[in-house]
Amino acid sequence: MASITLKDLVKAYGDTEVLHHVEGEISDGEFIVVVGPSGCGKSTLLRMVAGLETVTSGTICIGDKVVNQLEPADRDIAMVFQNYALYPHMSVRENMAYGLKIRKISKDEIARRVEEAADILELRPYLERKPRQLSGGQRQRVAMGRAIVRNPQVFLFDEPLSNLDAKLRVQMRLEIRKLQQRLGVTSIYVTHDQVEAMTLGDRLMVLNGGYVEQFGTPIELYDRPATTFVAGFIGSPAMNFLPATVSAGMATLGNGARLANAGAANGAVTLGIRPEHLLQDDAGPVRVTVELVEQLGANSLLHGKLEGTDIEMVVSQPGHMSAAAGTVMGFVPANGALHLFHAETGKRIEP
Amino acid sequence: MNKARSNPLNTVMMHGALILYTLIALFPVFVILINSFKTRKAIFREPLALPDADSFSTIGYETVMKQGDFFLYFQNSMVVTVASLFFVLLFGAMAAYALSEYRFRGNMLMGLYLALGIMIPIRIGTVAILEMMVATGLVNTLWALILVYTAQGLPLAVFILSEFMRQVSDDLKNAGRIDGLSEYTIFFRLVLPLVRPAMATVAVFNMIPIWNDLWFPLILAPAEETKTLTLGSQVFIGQFVTDWNAVLSALSMAILPVLILYVIFSRQLIRGITSGAVK
Repeated sequence: MASITLKDLVKAYGDTEVLHHVEGEISDGEFIVVVGPSGCGKSTLLRMVAGLETVTSGTICIGDKVVNQLEPADRDIAMVFQNYALYPHMSVRENMAYGLKIRKISKDEIARRVEEAADILELRPYLERKPRQLSGGQRQRVAMGRAIVRNPQVFLFDEPLSNLDAKLRVQMRLEIRKLQQRLGVTSIYVTHDQVEAMTLGDRLMVLNGGYVEQFGTPIELYDRPATTFVAGFIGSPAMNFLPATVSAGMATLGNGARLANAGAANGAVTLGIRPEHLLQDDAGPVRVTVELVEQLGANSLLHGKLEGTDIEMVVSQPGHMSAAAGTVMGFVPANGALHLFHAETGKRIEP
Repeated sequence: MNKARSNPLNTVMMHGALILYTLIALFPVFVILINSFKTRKAIFREPLALPDADSFSTIGYETVMKQGDFFLYFQNSMVVTVASLFFVLLFGAMAAYALSEYRFRGNMLMGLYLALGIMIPIRIGTVAILEMMVATGLVNTLWALILVYTAQGLPLAVFILSEFMRQVSDDLKNAGRIDGLSEYTIFFRLVLPLVRPAMATVAVFNMIPIWNDLWFPLILAPAEETKTLTLGSQVFIGQFVTDWNAVLSALSMAILPVLILYVIFSRQLIRGITSGAVK
């Protein structure tokens, strides 16, 4: 178990820089999720920590040791891959034991650790099977088992759940979280799925185009997103963005509607309101022309446009609700639920 | 199962076509075999008849056994074929792995250079090869043949194997690296087992021309103690008289080992071992 420090980390392929000066302190036992759209550099970052990609500049420390030049095998890490990457010609037992055998650990010790991991992951009945005889979820567990038996300082997960079906994914998500809490191993988990990120991580690192947009707890990211990118990425359905002008605490929307409590900003801003923070109020200032209602049971999603404009909006209302297309409904933002962002840079403006 | 696919008529026709093809392919072998057990007269009177009490004779085999050291020729052919295949597969696979796995300057050029050998027949260089073998004192040794056949087999081996190795999942190799496997262990324990079908293909492609080759044994190793089977059989084929019994018997015996090797490799061809490696 160890802390991880990323200092001024840069990765470039030739002249193209794909990761720009990434900084991060990860403390011992923490579960960090790196999240972002595909191509944002999150896998590259993970592979750099694993030692599968070289570091262009900056340092990576695991514990107190700078590991930039160390081989993956010498970094005391274990990695779970998206495709499981099990050795196809070895049984489940051999798959888990192979890394230990290479490290010349005694036979008894290997057997003990493999059995222990098999018990934790409920893999005991499958120990003698080959990977191709297992289902996706079982293969994923074997891949986890291979990581656990090594007893490493750091777990690295590279989108481990994206090949599983939706139900299994939810179940495995919980299992991974429980397992990590039980073992207390520092973990870095890469995903593009924001729900996975929110539920798993102690802290989230949101990457976009190779830049760290924000690094904080899920609730921080949800409540106080640092940029429009984070605001739009975290939370589902995504936040509504409305261009507006602010003066003296009053925001004026594109269609002339006026909202109070817009904070200290001045001039052109982007106003963000989460779909779940709009409360129905016939006299409310935010008027939406309904186009479609999605009934999800627990809540209803109302898709439409801000009245008189072309700005798409989504509103989430608890319970059942129906509305014909074309009706106009009024909403009022909940208290303190307005987010203001600089219109050009997209940076958050604190109220 | 799909109804159209399990249609009995289709099955019958499919099997009929395959059986017919098998018969056509095996017919020459069959003719060689039956005629090798007939007297010389019977061979020419009725080439397609099975040997009966009258025409049955093992004279061909007896001649082969008496004439020259046939077991030695056999052994030479076997040694040359097996050793050449071993080196072709070993070096071919290693080169293919380097070309497909590592990014280095000139990777592309190196690959093209190695593939060029497929297009240029090695026999063009016979004179130079002979001079080289004379200079190094390898003439009339089996090593001369092994080296030449290895060189001859490598281009195609590298070409086919590098294509297959590119398909081996990167994650698998990386998992090995994180598990602490050395590059050699990754190559031998993870990658090679996964490209076994491709290795078998390369082996079969290379084996038959090597076994049957007459050119290089005749030029590089015609000495009695290094004669290969094909070269050894030539003593029965004269300009004016050919001992057909002996030729056919020698051929029948020459088919056997190559058949055995083929069966060994072809079992690997069928097996799709990669299933289950990745989703």
